Amino acid sequence: MWDNATIMMLVEGTFVTLYMTLVSTFMGYVLGLPMGIALVITAPKGLRPNKIIYKILDVIVNIVRSIPFLILLIMIIPLTRIIVGKSYGPTATIVPLTLAAAPFIARMVESSLLEVDHGVIEAAQSMGANLWTIIWKVMLAESRTSLLVNATIALGTILGYSAMAGAVGGGGLGDIAIRYGYYRYQTDIMLVTVVLLVLLVQLLQYIGMTISKKLDKRTR
Amino acid sequence: MEPIIQIKNVTKTFIGKDNQVEALKGISLDINKGDIYGIIGMSGAGKSTLVRCLNYLEKPTTGTVVVEDQDLSTLTEAELRKVRTGIAMIFQHFNLLMQRSVLDNVCFPMEIVGVKKQAARKRAMELLEIVGLKEKADAYPSQLSGGQKQRVAIARALANTPKILLCDEATSALDPTTTKEILKLLQDINKQYGITIVIITHEMAVVQEICSHVAIIDAGELAEHGTVEEVFSRPQSAAARKLVFMVDPKAKEMSGKRCIRIVFTENSSFEPVIANMVLECKAPVNILLADTKDIGGIAHGQMILQLPEDEMAANKMIHYLQERKLEVEELKDYVG
Repeated sequence: MWDNATIMMLVEGTFVTLYMTLVSTFMGYVLGLPMGIALVITAPKGLRPNKIIYKILDVIVNIVRSIPFLILLIMIIPLTRIIVGKSYGPTATIVPLTLAAAPFIARMVESSLLEVDHGVIEAAQSMGANLWTIIWKVMLAESRTSLLVNATIALGTILGYSAMAGAVGGGGLGDIAIRYGYYRYQTDIMLVTVVLLVLLVQLLQYIGMTISKKLDKRTR
Repeated sequence: MEPIIQIKNVTKTFIGKDNQVEALKGISLDINKGDIYGIIGMSGAGKSTLVRCLNYLEKPTTGTVVVEDQDLSTLTEAELRKVRTGIAMIFQHFNLLMQRSVLDNVCFPMEIVGVKKQAARKRAMELLEIVGLKEKADAYPSQLSGGQKQRVAIARALANTPKILLCDEATSALDPTTTKEILKLLQDINKQYGITIVIITHEMAVVQEICSHVAIIDAGELAEHGTVEEVFSRPQSAAARKLVFMVDPKAKEMSGKRCIRIVFTENSSFEPVIANMVLECKAPVNILLADTKDIGGIAHGQMILQLPEDEMAANKMIHYLQERKLEVEELKDYVG
């Protein structure tokens, strides 16, 4: 099995998986970060309490989070077609991945921001800081370690989802594992893809943790 | 002296799910420019709410707060933020940004008002020098002790040259020695820059140490206010007496006979008054409580003495003390 074509396929699969994971996570943050911030700000005890916005966001996040990813993937195929032009392949997979990641990321951002000491926010208010300064320079800056740890967790989860997308022709390592390992009974190739997935998660975890530790100034 | 802060009939009611808490029940108070004004009360008395009304972190339910002739209730959000840059605040738990270095913490309020980075850093270094932490500029708050953190907070508070400094239990998390140092620093700042300081505390010692005026808040109401000397030597309200006479519980066991309270306000601290009295009257006294300090060569504070059983000697002692211009008050049923 270790001919050049197979190796090339595995290498390409690894890159495709990384591509889907990183782009989806990034897009997930583009949507999820503002949602998470809005959840904290509009919460009953937030800086700009707003029951309606808070409730709407809260419900959306909960609904999307409770739909199993595989179902979501199939459900939004029409939307994916509109955005990407086709419903299969790595780029098409990014659409459902982003959609599944965003509410999950929003919740993690929310929990990170809620960890910020209320006293520090009050201090910034007492200095005359506006809302934007408080969000940017106090809430996000002070919780950056927690945000990064959570981003690492998000990457791992989305990588897992991307492998799942392989089942419906999403491409990447998950796709290879299903096509060769499951349909063609080539257990060895399936094992190799699993090992590669494990290594990818390990690598991302390691990078994320190292950066967040470097950035944390709270410990001596 | 013109008032820099005028509090008029301020009430604050917190509305919970199924209850209402009246934190402030109509407080009126004038704080003059250059004062170090102590606001003291037991925990839950409403003093922290009151201080937050002074920069509108809490909006009073009714009543007005006028700071430098501006009624805060008439201001827009943006105007209010501008006013707040002139009213600095320090806190019990310091509230520094943990992910920023000491220098960047001091720069933060200047970033808010848009001071150029270079200028801000220069000013921050000067401020750190004033509070004696220049060599810690590049350290992070987690590497500092409590006292050092509060110094950084003070430097940060001074960054935008405020007219008013609000201190919310600023020394309550510090040990007695550090408390003294921080109070000394606040006093220096008040003298040097003429900043009006409002100190919220539950410790009488803090008020005695540096305040010029004091207001006693009890259950959301203003129990008493005036100069520290007035309130301290002649406390009128029950709440004030409770705070002023805070007595060691052990003293209770020795009570029951004739006890007197003496207040020192103008005696030379070089004159051993009590010792001379004992020698003069040739009878012993029992000191139940003594809380005096030497401030600028004058003894300040109070003592509670248990007089001898002998009526003659006791009266002679009271007479002796009154002759020396000490305030003597007989405590009828002294139990502390």
